[in-house]
Amino acid sequence: MTATPLVTLENVDKHFGELHVLRGIDLSVERGEVVVVIGPSGSGKSTLCRTINRLETIDGGAITIDGVPLPEEGRGLARLRSDVGMVFQSFNLFAHKTVLQNVTIGPIKVRKKSKAAAEKRALELLDRVGIANQANKYPAQLSGGQQQRVAIARALAMEPKVLMFDEPTSALDPEMVQEVLDVMTSLAAEGMTMIVVTHEMGFARRAANRVVFMADGEIVEQAAPDDFFANPSSQRAKDFLSKILSH
Amino acid sequence: MEAFLGNLDKVIDGFSWTVRLTLCSALFSFILGVVLTAMRVSPVPMMRGLATVYVEGIRNTPLTLVLLFCGLGINSALGVALADSVKWDVFWWAVIGLSAYTACFVSESLRAGVNTVPLGQVEAARSLGLTFTQNLRLIVLPQALRSVVGPLGSVLIALTKNTTIASVAGLGVQEASRQMKLMFDQGIAPVIPTFIGFALGFLILTLPTGFFFGWLSKRVAVAR
Repeated sequence: MTATPLVTLENVDKHFGELHVLRGIDLSVERGEVVVVIGPSGSGKSTLCRTINRLETIDGGAITIDGVPLPEEGRGLARLRSDVGMVFQSFNLFAHKTVLQNVTIGPIKVRKKSKAAAEKRALELLDRVGIANQANKYPAQLSGGQQQRVAIARALAMEPKVLMFDEPTSALDPEMVQEVLDVMTSLAAEGMTMIVVTHEMGFARRAANRVVFMADGEIVEQAAPDDFFANPSSQRAKDFLSKILSH
Repeated sequence: MEAFLGNLDKVIDGFSWTVRLTLCSALFSFILGVVLTAMRVSPVPMMRGLATVYVEGIRNTPLTLVLLFCGLGINSALGVALADSVKWDVFWWAVIGLSAYTACFVSESLRAGVNTVPLGQVEAARSLGLTFTQNLRLIVLPQALRSVVGPLGSVLIALTKNTTIASVAGLGVQEASRQMKLMFDQGIAPVIPTFIGFALGFLILTLPTGFFFGWLSKRVAVAR
């Protein structure tokens, strides 16, 4: 095994105007690790997630993926992004393309796979997330939970080194949350490297190797889920957990 | 009415030039309009600047001036010819003028369409590793185009009617309105019925265009 972590962030800083959203973030994620990032709204966790494939630029510090610094622009950045899968809160499926086309467009246009090979793989992935029978529908014809599962299949089709989830269940009706979490849990169990920003504490307990707690743009503490939920060391984490676990 | 119908060959010849001007200019203005739109959303400031100057410059110039510049300016004064026969030479200069002008309106419509595409679509395409050009070609422009089919239909109708300027602005293309004027000048047809006849001719061209684009815009609309 190589010792280099898959994703590293070193002293990362980010401002939105006056607001200092990320303050000196240091984080490294090993291969096969599932890191769940939690914290109150506005703590910078989504921004953190989005800096890792440069959907947000950073003002200071350094990010590497598989030992390679994140390129600033152009083809190098596009190539790197193709290795970092992203699942969004609002699914962001391509509205003018069918489910199958959504899943095959990356492999065909970026990975230069043949259409036949891409479709074969896409149908396997859609089958795996339980929606192979909807392959020819358009995103708007699916429920939120189904759309998010397509989005996961779309990200997986690129065979990414790491998958990022930016609050993947926050826009879903309650009865659809579980079907998405089930897919994520099975991915985690198979050894996919994942960084998950979420409010689903059950998922964090069940599937995470490590919980990262953020507040006010800083990583306040990080620990194995059992330790973190049983004995949070910081006052801010205690406050946060008491608010979400008390009812 | 008999006099009008007796000159039906002239009428049909006139409208055939109207249709040819419209179709050729529609094609070129669409291509140029897409290029201008791509430039206006590009990350390169110089591209954006050039396209903005072009669109704002030409779109705020009267079409008559644009066509006079092509006809009297480049074609006659500078003696640049595009075809051997005068008939086709003036035709292609009119197409260039109409395309250069109409492209601005195509581009403005498309740019409005680009603004209707949610940022999430662009971010999802980026995160898959699509390049800027692929993103524009595969994700943004197809969705933008679908949302502005209706406005583009209006641009096409305006273009159809604007072809009538090609005969007055120093370019004697024998399109419908020029045929009408010739028929008046030669006194071979009564004025009012001829006038109504030609107006109906334009309605026959433009009304179905409007209906077709209205239907198409519903047909290709993107459900979100």
